[in-house]
Amino acid sequence: MSAQIGRSSQFGQSSQIGQISRIPYVDYLVLGPEPHLVAHECAECGARYFDRRNACASCGGTEFAPADLPTTGEVTSFTIVTAAAPGIPVPYAAAVVDCGGTKVAGNIIGTEPDPGHIRLGMRVALSTYVAGTDGKGVDAVNFGFAPLEDGASEGRN
Amino acid sequence: MAEDVWLLGATMTKFGKHRDLDLIDLAAEAALGALRDGEVTMKEMGVLAAGNLLGMGGSVGQLLQKQIGQTGIPVFNVQNACATGATALRTVSMAIKAGEADMGLAVGVEKLAGAGHLGARPRRAEPEEWTRTGRFGAVGDTDGRIGTQGMPGVFAQVGMEYAHRYGGADFELFARISEKNHAHSTLNPLAAYTRPMSAEQIMAEPMIAYPNTRAMCSANCDGAAAAVLVGGTRLRTLSPGQRRRAVKITASVLTSDPWEEACQVLPNVNTLTRNAADQAYEQAGVGPEDLDLVELHDCFATAELVHYDNLRLCEEGGAVDFFASGAPWRDGRLPVNVSGGLQSKGHPISATGIANVWEIAHHLRGEAGDRQIEGARVGLAHVIGLGSACGVHILERAAA
Repeated sequence: MSAQIGRSSQFGQSSQIGQISRIPYVDYLVLGPEPHLVAHECAECGARYFDRRNACASCGGTEFAPADLPTTGEVTSFTIVTAAAPGIPVPYAAAVVDCGGTKVAGNIIGTEPDPGHIRLGMRVALSTYVAGTDGKGVDAVNFGFAPLEDGASEGRN
Repeated sequence: MAEDVWLLGATMTKFGKHRDLDLIDLAAEAALGALRDGEVTMKEMGVLAAGNLLGMGGSVGQLLQKQIGQTGIPVFNVQNACATGATALRTVSMAIKAGEADMGLAVGVEKLAGAGHLGARPRRAEPEEWTRTGRFGAVGDTDGRIGTQGMPGVFAQVGMEYAHRYGGADFELFARISEKNHAHSTLNPLAAYTRPMSAEQIMAEPMIAYPNTRAMCSANCDGAAAAVLVGGTRLRTLSPGQRRRAVKITASVLTSDPWEEACQVLPNVNTLTRNAADQAYEQAGVGPEDLDLVELHDCFATAELVHYDNLRLCEEGGAVDFFASGAPWRDGRLPVNVSGGLQSKGHPISATGIANVWEIAHHLRGEAGDRQIEGARVGLAHVIGLGSACGVHILERAAA
């Protein structure tokens, strides 16, 4: 990847042939048969970023390459937000998930957002859902992390 | 040898709702109070630093001069998130150390009563056509959809991360930290809230972002604080009374985040605080064991816990045990937030970094009344603002 990361569709995700029906909510979510996240990895030091960078905050390098993340991880912190700005549905669970050594911010989905159902150290897997539909009928698909039941098989690592 | 810096005068306004005072009235009340406290006038000030985050758009210092004295001195209007007040102090301190001024005034002021959730923006409706914007190329708002950007939730995760790493911290423990600060504020007539609350009451308050209930969040309110700083050479020319009440600032430190893995995902409030504390202890030539009291940035109950550790008040990983031992209560081994802290005294953002220095100085001067920590000689004041910026000041009772 060139030094300057593009302003949009930076991972070059191709849409379906013909009418576009769904797009990822953020650039670093890759849809398809195996939805996963992809980071900008600094070619110099390996630091990873999800947002567009002018240079690496760790080493100053300006070369980045895409790096796929594992789709499973461990909850290293969470909160359950019950008071938020107007229009944001509450409660929701926000968490930090360690995906193979790279920390990711995301919501915990697929379970009740209460402290009885979410715990520190819990194993989770990336999951996608339709976050909204625009006036042209295109679904924006977002990601979250759903609890992995004990013994359930884990996705790609 | 750079000049020693001393706190000559300081004050804070009552924190709370000031319906009849505008931003500049509040700043003027604090500034004039600090000048009176130091027995000096605006004419003697060589520099003014004014901190304000959410008010008048960057010229608070000049607006303030029009109310307290336009003497033509340089004005620095500073903003540095919740470390804004500490940054104003640090600016004046640097001017004195650099020899550009021998006396200066630092002011921090904020009007926040009724401000609600800071930084929270209403969610936008779905558009006619999705468009990618911003550095994440997001087609819509991410707050609430990809984690949380609200301060209560961010700092809740800061505390929960510590709980995950070291264990022993749960909802009740965080509530008990808040109980301590609400108990302490009952002795502080300038605090926004002075009503004691039991841990049970605190846990029964409306939940904002688990494990922080409303009583465990810093209180938005109006307030101002100000301090007059003076160089040691000039101080020795002042009256015996002024010299007796002067408090030495033995460390003044400001840090920002060094890059670390995950610091972009969840703000790392730990490393820059540890760096600031280490630098401050080295500058002051003291260690945590020498401190008689600490005012730290308990913007949420979950934040206070991690800063016991970050400020080296306990051994690494030992914050839960430190709290459980009773140490940070006002009758404990190392009282923390005897003012009531941000949760109870209140958090008018830009005033906070000077108000906590005033609190320490108040005890070192032996003027803290009912809440006096007897025999206090050394104290530490800490603030952190997300972004991040961390200010640490160490003050010492010393003969000028």
